[in-house]
Amino acid sequence: MAKEKMTTAFEYAPAPESRSVVDIAPSYGLFIDGEFTDAADGKVFKTVSPSTEEVLSEVARAGAEDVDRAVRAARKAFEKWSALPGSERAKYLFRIARIIQERSRELAVLETLDNGKPIKETRDADLPLVAAHFFYYAGWADKLDHAGYGANPRPLGVAGQVIPWNFPLLMLAWKIAPALATGNTVVLKPAETTPLSALFFADICRQAGLPKGVVNILPGYGDAGAALVAHPDVNKVAFTGSTAVGKEIARTVAGTRKKLTLELGGKGANIVFDDAPIDQAVEGIVTGIFFNQGQVCCAGSRLLVQESIHDELLDSLKRRLSTLRLGDPLDKNTDIGAINSAEQLARITTLADRGAAEGAERWSPACELPSAGYWFAPTLFTNVTQAHTIARDEIFGPVLSVLTFRTPDEAVAKANNTQYGLSAGIWTEKGSRILAVANKLRAGVVWSNTFNKFDPTSPFGGYKESGFGREGGRHGLEAYLDV
Amino acid sequence: MPTTAPHALADVTASDSTLRRFLHGLPGVDAVGLEARAASLGTRSIKTTAKAYAIDLAISMVDLTTLEGADTPGKVRALGAKAVHPDPTDRTTPATAAVCVYPDMVATAKEAVAGSSVKVASVATAFPAGRAALDVKLADVRDAVSAGADEIDMVIDRGAFLAGNYLKVYDEITAVKEASGAARLKVIFETGELSTYDNIRRASWLGMLAGADFIKTSTGKVAVNATPANTLLMLEAVRDFRAQTGVQVGVKPAGGIRTSKDAIKFLVLVNETAGTDWLDNHWFRFGASSLLNDLLMQRQKLATGRYSGPDYVTVD
Amino acid sequence: MSDRSTDRLSVFKTYKLYVGGKFPRSESGRVYEVTDSKGNWLANAPQSSRKDARDAVVAARKAFGGWSGATAYNRGQVLYRVAEMLEGRRDQFVREVAEAEGLGRSKAAAVVDATVDRWVWYAGWTDKIAQVVGGGNPVAGPFFNLSSPEPTGVVAVLAPQESSFLGLVSVLAPVIATGNTAAVVTSEKSPLPALSLAEVLATSDVPGGVVNVLSGRTAEIAAPLAAHQDVNAIDLAGADEVLAKELEIAAADNLKRVLRPQPVDDWTAAPGTDRMTAFLETKTVWHPTGALGASGSSY
Repeated sequence: MAKEKMTTAFEYAPAPESRSVVDIAPSYGLFIDGEFTDAADGKVFKTVSPSTEEVLSEVARAGAEDVDRAVRAARKAFEKWSALPGSERAKYLFRIARIIQERSRELAVLETLDNGKPIKETRDADLPLVAAHFFYYAGWADKLDHAGYGANPRPLGVAGQVIPWNFPLLMLAWKIAPALATGNTVVLKPAETTPLSALFFADICRQAGLPKGVVNILPGYGDAGAALVAHPDVNKVAFTGSTAVGKEIARTVAGTRKKLTLELGGKGANIVFDDAPIDQAVEGIVTGIFFNQGQVCCAGSRLLVQESIHDELLDSLKRRLSTLRLGDPLDKNTDIGAINSAEQLARITTLADRGAAEGAERWSPACELPSAGYWFAPTLFTNVTQAHTIARDEIFGPVLSVLTFRTPDEAVAKANNTQYGLSAGIWTEKGSRILAVANKLRAGVVWSNTFNKFDPTSPFGGYKESGFGREGGRHGLEAYLDV
Repeated sequence: MPTTAPHALADVTASDSTLRRFLHGLPGVDAVGLEARAASLGTRSIKTTAKAYAIDLAISMVDLTTLEGADTPGKVRALGAKAVHPDPTDRTTPATAAVCVYPDMVATAKEAVAGSSVKVASVATAFPAGRAALDVKLADVRDAVSAGADEIDMVIDRGAFLAGNYLKVYDEITAVKEASGAARLKVIFETGELSTYDNIRRASWLGMLAGADFIKTSTGKVAVNATPANTLLMLEAVRDFRAQTGVQVGVKPAGGIRTSKDAIKFLVLVNETAGTDWLDNHWFRFGASSLLNDLLMQRQKLATGRYSGPDYVTVD
Repeated sequence: MSDRSTDRLSVFKTYKLYVGGKFPRSESGRVYEVTDSKGNWLANAPQSSRKDARDAVVAARKAFGGWSGATAYNRGQVLYRVAEMLEGRRDQFVREVAEAEGLGRSKAAAVVDATVDRWVWYAGWTDKIAQVVGGGNPVAGPFFNLSSPEPTGVVAVLAPQESSFLGLVSVLAPVIATGNTAAVVTSEKSPLPALSLAEVLATSDVPGGVVNVLSGRTAEIAAPLAAHQDVNAIDLAGADEVLAKELEIAAADNLKRVLRPQPVDDWTAAPGTDRMTAFLETKTVWHPTGALGASGSSY
């Protein structure tokens, strides 16, 4: 049998997205009252590309004085903005949504550069969801009477919003779109490692003709966030980030009239039963923990697999992990990008080392890490029990802890055995088992036979220490209305 | 290549009920997840050297097909010539894997490709409907084999499969396998008629248990033929079958693959699902006709940097 | 308590706590004096300790699975049964409310009637709130997506200080209507109607532990409840500004849902749904529907 065996393997050549579609200025100011401005104390910080450690730009660093200036601008803008007919506010938001769509390639490249996540994700997940979110809430602006919160529900006033670095522009959209639709004005602080897309968003607000002061962007560190949260003229605080900081914020706003919503950490259980659609479950496990390098609050970081299929599933999973492509985030074929910061890399490294030290079995596919930048190989731990640190603490990285269970009751008990309650996954072909287990899981989002799906119409948020309040959908309006 | 069920799963085919239990015990397929995975692999960006490699590989995997009532010896001879030298202006272009014709055209096709690496594949078993008595189907097969067919593309009895008569389908495949002799057997499921992904997975295992050398999606004669999702599913099946039995089986998506871009997506599916062992025309084929010209135009574009046009490839 | 008849010595009632379906004394052995608005002695009430608070939380947690897992219809039946039982003991509660709050008989009767009606209102809500605040979400993909409200868990309820009966029921009933279980701290000054209500609950098919009633010093009992890691939420209705802030800070340790005290002029006003939604989580469940048919198969 004459075979025509090809001599070269099917190696994908580099397929980099063009960096030239985005023009990053050497420096950026704070965006207050419609103008870019220096920080009052003149402080600046550098933002780097996590995949190369290249400095991308120098950004003004907001301090307490700048927070006060921004809150005053937002307060001033509130009067007119909240009095605008909803239909007019809607049109501003529709404009913003459209401009985001127009500029989505540019923004995707920017986000990938500043965050380190693969272009595949910013292009196919982050940016489409950002635009969709603005589109969705745009439509609510003139329909609030019908949202189930009584007639003519009123906005709260000035919203102070602090967002994380894992989905910089998407978290901005989750915060700003419902706030503006309901007639609030905002002061938003992006994370110190990913300020750029929020500053580009400021430019989009300018292009859209949004009135000055309605959106103010304050790049900065935790001190600026704390000042914003504590500012006496802020009526609403929305935070996405760590549970520790969330608790601190809850203490700060105690005894005030500020409305608070928190979207915090998680330790999501992804439960795979022996009758699962196995190939799709493997994909769901991979998506669950390696999407955005596992830097996702709702990650399926605990795999609970029925003991009877443990070995078979792990074989499939390892085979699949061996096909993951780690490297240049701008390459369209990259599956795993860089960790966002040296600090986060250190945290992941520490927790993974602890997993090994506590006796769990560590495995990673053969994979070469780039020499510059912050990188962590996809990692899974087997022989993990509920007592292991890596089964309890949120790692926020590409590290999967594999545990086993024998019965559905045990699966539910282990899944719920955490202080968190954000997400969970269920994989089984038996419909009644899905509904029964979903019913018992103490988690705000339950993905059955899928994982890490998001949609602007779908409320998102946690039980227990994963926070409170919901973002997305009709439910997401409540956080910004005086109801 | 064993002609009966491999040892590890030999008892599975002992009776209708054991076979049914086995096939219905295979993991289910979630349609949305399967299609999402296929779509996701479809976003791989294959450029420059990888693209050149993929195009030549795809050309070498084409089963250049003509299955028309109007087929004539002249048409088949032209097809054979094209299979041997797809691009007369560039002799570095690889030959296709095979030509695929009706049984009565096998002899003509053999002559047309004589002396080349190109195989002659013949559809058989009352293609495409498969609605004939077993004896008639076997006669069809023997006719093609005696005319020199290197490969037999049979269709399963979808009616029997959908009625749950799995053993009947199994027995028919084993009988055809025996009648095929040395010819490699491709088993066509007509996935568009099986309707569900669970059925496609079951049919894949049924075909492999019965000794298929290739499992093939479609006849090209129904509304929905090869798709990334059903091909992905069949690639998972051959991958898992080899893991369990040690026996490697090929995959042939057929019908509906018309562009280089599509073909490359299928190669990505192969590469990242079954793996590099299948990236060879002994284990993966495209059942296609118009695809070849698009591959050739893309090949010319890569070589010259200019976009080619239909006047620069042959119409055969 | 004044004797109504001259020739018979009346029998006093020993007021007790209500924890886990039982009527214990405070484990501390303490009681405090409860007087009417004019300062006349009415009874001794148990003065709960932090350990009583702990026991109440344990009981509430134990009851949570069954109560939250009961059908909404069943919870509605039980709450309606409370109204029935209360109606039957109307005279007793009119007297207790009149004494506790210094009201005339007809005003007290109006309060009790409003309280009975409040149970009826919430009894009817149990199987409707999910339809009002939950629903399907039209996501842009081949997924069925449903948001449903679920009870937060164990809720610590500081009942209003002034409206010792209607106020208490107005904050308690919405908590349990939605499937939460409660540890309720009664009005500090006027605990007796609430302690008597426990007797009604005990005979109304409300499973033991669903409602636990603690009397005593609000600040003393509330502190361990606000800090308790197994309490999911706290209603601060009965806390003053200073206490409310302290408790809210303590509640942050496990991120309890906190309902801050809100000025209520008139407890008879229509309650709305806010007190139910304050202690509801939204769970959103996704599941693939058929595929989009791109492969000719949706299955």
